[in-house]
Amino acid sequence: MRYMILIYADEAAMANAPAEATYQMSAAYGAYTEALKKSGAWLAGDRLRPSQVTTSVRVAGGKTNVLDGPYADTKEQLAGFYMIEAADADAAIAWAARCPAASAGTVELRPIWELTEYLSEK
Amino acid sequence: MDSRSEIARAAAEAAAEAAARQSYGKLVAWLAARTRDVAAAEDALADAFAAALERWPRTGVPEKPEAWLLAVARRRRVDAVRRRLTSQAGREHLKLIAEEAEARMTDEDLPDERLRLMFACAHPAIEASVRSPLILQTVLGFDAATIASAFLVSPATMGQRLVRAKTRIRETGIPFRVPERAELGERLDAVLEAIYAAFAEGWSDPAGTETRRRNLATEGIWLGRLVASLLPEEPEALGLLSLMLFAEARRAARRDAAGDYVPLAEQDYTLWDRALVDEAEALLGHAATMGVIGRYQLEAAVQSAHAARRLTGRTDWVAIRELYDALLSIAGSPVVAINRAVAIAEAEGAVAGLAALYVLGDDKRLDDYQPYWAARAGLLARLGQVPHAIEAYDRAIGLERDPAVRRFLQGKRAVLRN
Repeated sequence: MRYMILIYADEAAMANAPAEATYQMSAAYGAYTEALKKSGAWLAGDRLRPSQVTTSVRVAGGKTNVLDGPYADTKEQLAGFYMIEAADADAAIAWAARCPAASAGTVELRPIWELTEYLSEK
Repeated sequence: MDSRSEIARAAAEAAAEAAARQSYGKLVAWLAARTRDVAAAEDALADAFAAALERWPRTGVPEKPEAWLLAVARRRRVDAVRRRLTSQAGREHLKLIAEEAEARMTDEDLPDERLRLMFACAHPAIEASVRSPLILQTVLGFDAATIASAFLVSPATMGQRLVRAKTRIRETGIPFRVPERAELGERLDAVLEAIYAAFAEGWSDPAGTETRRRNLATEGIWLGRLVASLLPEEPEALGLLSLMLFAEARRAARRDAAGDYVPLAEQDYTLWDRALVDEAEALLGHAATMGVIGRYQLEAAVQSAHAARRLTGRTDWVAIRELYDALLSIAGSPVVAINRAVAIAEAEGAVAGLAALYVLGDDKRLDDYQPYWAARAGLLARLGQVPHAIEAYDRAIGLERDPAVRRFLQGKRAVLRN
């Protein structure tokens, strides 16, 4: 099964973190990504720029609205993601738990709704 | 239709139903373990049961009812997949066909997947409050309404939770496997709780006249044995089995010849099943060597103290009180507190017992909890507080569903009147 690991972190805290901590965190993510790749579980993954540079796009009445934001009110923001291949929820949870964000912020685990399943369920 | 053929039909139906029931959990587990789709397995099985109940009374119960039900359920499931089939979903279908072929080749005996199903239901990704209900439904075939009443929520709410949980097992990819030791803790708790709930439900039919309930007690013990045999190093699994065996051993003594209720302290211990008591003692002793105490071991130890009466002729209420003290500290509940108060009353007198009972205050859960009112009534009666005792007996009588216990309480109340 494919799963998405969504990483939520406190952007403000990350921005204010000392260089040493930032370096350590990056190294931890590097090692984690490497481990995912070596095991064959890695499908994709990247870090997102802060929500400050988010642009919202919405089309209504033939008009395209482009908005600056939104700025999330919550303490934690979506900061990155991994897409992995795992045999079952336990294997996926094990990977989510290893993600450096799991001990610093929150990691959300979501199964991918495969197109074939989506169509057959609808 | 003449009455004789009607009787024959009813007998066949009863036999069919019993056979169907006996195999329910096993078949759901087997069907669902392969697809993780518990709801689909239940649907397919429901169809198979309906077919059996319609057919068996005419043709007789087949030699291997389980295999018959499984064959029909599998066919229904394949039909369901076919109906849903889109060209993209062909892969699923091929997988099923392969499984069918494989299943036909293997032995006709079903491997028992119930433990794996139970652990899937007890997975931490499932909402905690629905884990035990889910086990009761999938493994033992309880309907949502029955489960709802046991867990004190509305049938509609329970139904929704169960449906959501089954969807979650399938879509989240929750595995059907017995977890590693390190992750066993919380999951084992939910499994043991469900087994005990099943047993307790069956146990509440002491006369054993209701087949369905009696089967639940037997099923509970069977599942307890299964868990204990697969996890022989888990003291609480052994503790639970021990607890259930102690209770089961007393079945014959719980009613007198007239069918009247006999309280534990007044039971004729020569009627207790000695082999079961011995087995329970051995299990508890073995669990104790592992040095990790828990709720089920303590409750089994209470039963062991009661069982000791067959050797000493008396009940050590001080020891029982101490066990309840320990239970209260690790698994405090009103139920434990009531039992503790009863033990205190026996060890130190009715005043102390009543004081322990009053500590429970106005816990709303006690409003409709029969044992609380029965205990309170008994203690008030011993202290000569007749009007209060009568009032409490009335509450207890009104809350009791077992006619024999109701008669017993009515008898106690009648004595006060004189």
